[in-house]
Amino acid sequence: MDTHKGVLVCGEMAEGRLAPITIELLGIGRKLSDQLGETLSILLMGSKTGSLGQEAIAYGADKVYVAEDGLLDHYNSDAYTQVAANLCLKVLPSIMLLGHTDIGCDLAPRLNGRLGGGLSMDCLSLSIDPTTQLLLATRPVFGGNAHATVVSRSARPQMATIRPKIVPPAVRNESRQGEVIPVEDKLDPSAIKVKVVDRIKEEVEGVKLEDAEVVVSGGRGIGSAQNFGMLRELARVLGGAVGGTRPACDEGWVPASAQVGQSGKVVSPKLYIAVALSGAMSHIAGCLGSKYIVAINKDKEANIFNVAHFGIVADYKEVLPALTAKLKELLSA
Amino acid sequence: MHTIVCVKQVPDPEIPPAKFKIDPEAKKVIPPPGVPPVISVYDERAVEAACRLKDKHKGKITVISMGTGKVSDVVRHALSMGADEGFVLEDEAFENLDSFGTAYVLGKAIQKIGGYDLVLCGRQAADWGAGQVGSILAEMLGIPVITLACGIEVVEKNIRVKRIVKDGYEVLEAPMPSVVTVSSEIGLPRLPAGMSLMLARKKQIPVWKAKDIGADLSELDRTKAHTEITGLSVPTRKTECEIVTGNTPNEAAVNLALKLSKLI
Repeated sequence: MDTHKGVLVCGEMAEGRLAPITIELLGIGRKLSDQLGETLSILLMGSKTGSLGQEAIAYGADKVYVAEDGLLDHYNSDAYTQVAANLCLKVLPSIMLLGHTDIGCDLAPRLNGRLGGGLSMDCLSLSIDPTTQLLLATRPVFGGNAHATVVSRSARPQMATIRPKIVPPAVRNESRQGEVIPVEDKLDPSAIKVKVVDRIKEEVEGVKLEDAEVVVSGGRGIGSAQNFGMLRELARVLGGAVGGTRPACDEGWVPASAQVGQSGKVVSPKLYIAVALSGAMSHIAGCLGSKYIVAINKDKEANIFNVAHFGIVADYKEVLPALTAKLKELLSA
Repeated sequence: MHTIVCVKQVPDPEIPPAKFKIDPEAKKVIPPPGVPPVISVYDERAVEAACRLKDKHKGKITVISMGTGKVSDVVRHALSMGADEGFVLEDEAFENLDSFGTAYVLGKAIQKIGGYDLVLCGRQAADWGAGQVGSILAEMLGIPVITLACGIEVVEKNIRVKRIVKDGYEVLEAPMPSVVTVSSEIGLPRLPAGMSLMLARKKQIPVWKAKDIGADLSELDRTKAHTEITGLSVPTRKTECEIVTGNTPNEAAVNLALKLSKLI
């Protein structure tokens, strides 16, 4: 597979800056390309990329491919796939990295389908096999119950989407040198079949689940939507957000957008308070990155105690009001 | 309106971790005894999405599932929810395929069925969760794809899809036929009941082999797989849990609050 060389990161921009995931991808991409002794490139797509090319170089890129077009202003699956696929066919990367975001989750499999590569989604770690020089991608399977290592022996590029906030971001170094290369190919608008009709920003009350420093989650054991009020009160006092397990969301006690777990959101707050939830792996997979996990459950055998740092074995209804009141008192002091 | 839904049978993802066992040598999961496999979570939502479209626009729903053993159970489940017809794709050549192989087989079956306006898949499977079959399938069929759908409507000759993004959703429109992958936010699947349950029990579910769908076996050659699983392990993550106590739950709560206030 000597025809394919180097690592290509597919960048994302957010509010005129490189998205945090992109800086993380440049970090891991730099490591992999140094190990292989190959170059690290990044593709930036947008209507205006400004000085972000230089920015990407400061974060470790050797080459920055910049595709600017009004049609790339927002993410569009057809447009982005076309530009990224064309670039891949030209620069023939050995490895391609994307973020496991709403963009990467759409673009990566699409691109893979077009290029015939080998893709692993939602990777937790990446390394290079010292003997074969192949990319080893580790990803959760079976709802996080197991981890699989995936290898692409001959398909190229070897592709991976990386879960946000798993790898450390690249360190910025202003003195780094690199090359910004404009992508000259014009987009073919007739290949854009999917049209954007509208974009709706949903305003969330309080803190966003993914960004919250504290998350209070409840499971089936909470019993009703009304009882979730107790969790909301605790979250409010701690300046956090409320989440739920799949059963709790299915019951309609919390909105589906607040589901924490393999099939919902993955959160990594400082403090995760798990209330009346047993700790099925599919749920735990969504909160394992938390710094501290606290379990409140009346069943002392519940699996959640196997991953928690602190626990109380009791009915949550007898714990939460006092916990909330005491924390309120301590935090206002 | 003819919708084809691709569904997969998976081990129940809600089993307690203690029951989850793997064979690291074979890189396989040992099915937990006594726990019946289920329809993959997202695929069930895809069936629900198809049923809602049928409620509104009439038409037909065809369900296909690739797998071995009692795969007809999940097809029958979809039939009892409101699908009209179902097929099982079962062949030795279909076992342990990667995403490309899976998409190839599904694509061949879809082309055989023909005359479709919409293909629905779950956003990913609840077992291996590769999360790419729908997109590769669309590339193979040469039709548009919209992923992570939380709502689907038909507007004239187009489908209009709400797609989940980080801070809300976008509304997208694509011509038919298209592939749409469905996320759980689309809402709860209906519970099969009454007549549909009875009718589903009586329906024939034909089994198609590679030759029935005209699958080229060289496309399914595992030595040409795009990806290969070279390792499977169960992560050990036993933390030392400090159980906070007190004479009453109330007192334990106060003690916990004192500890937590130092951490945040």
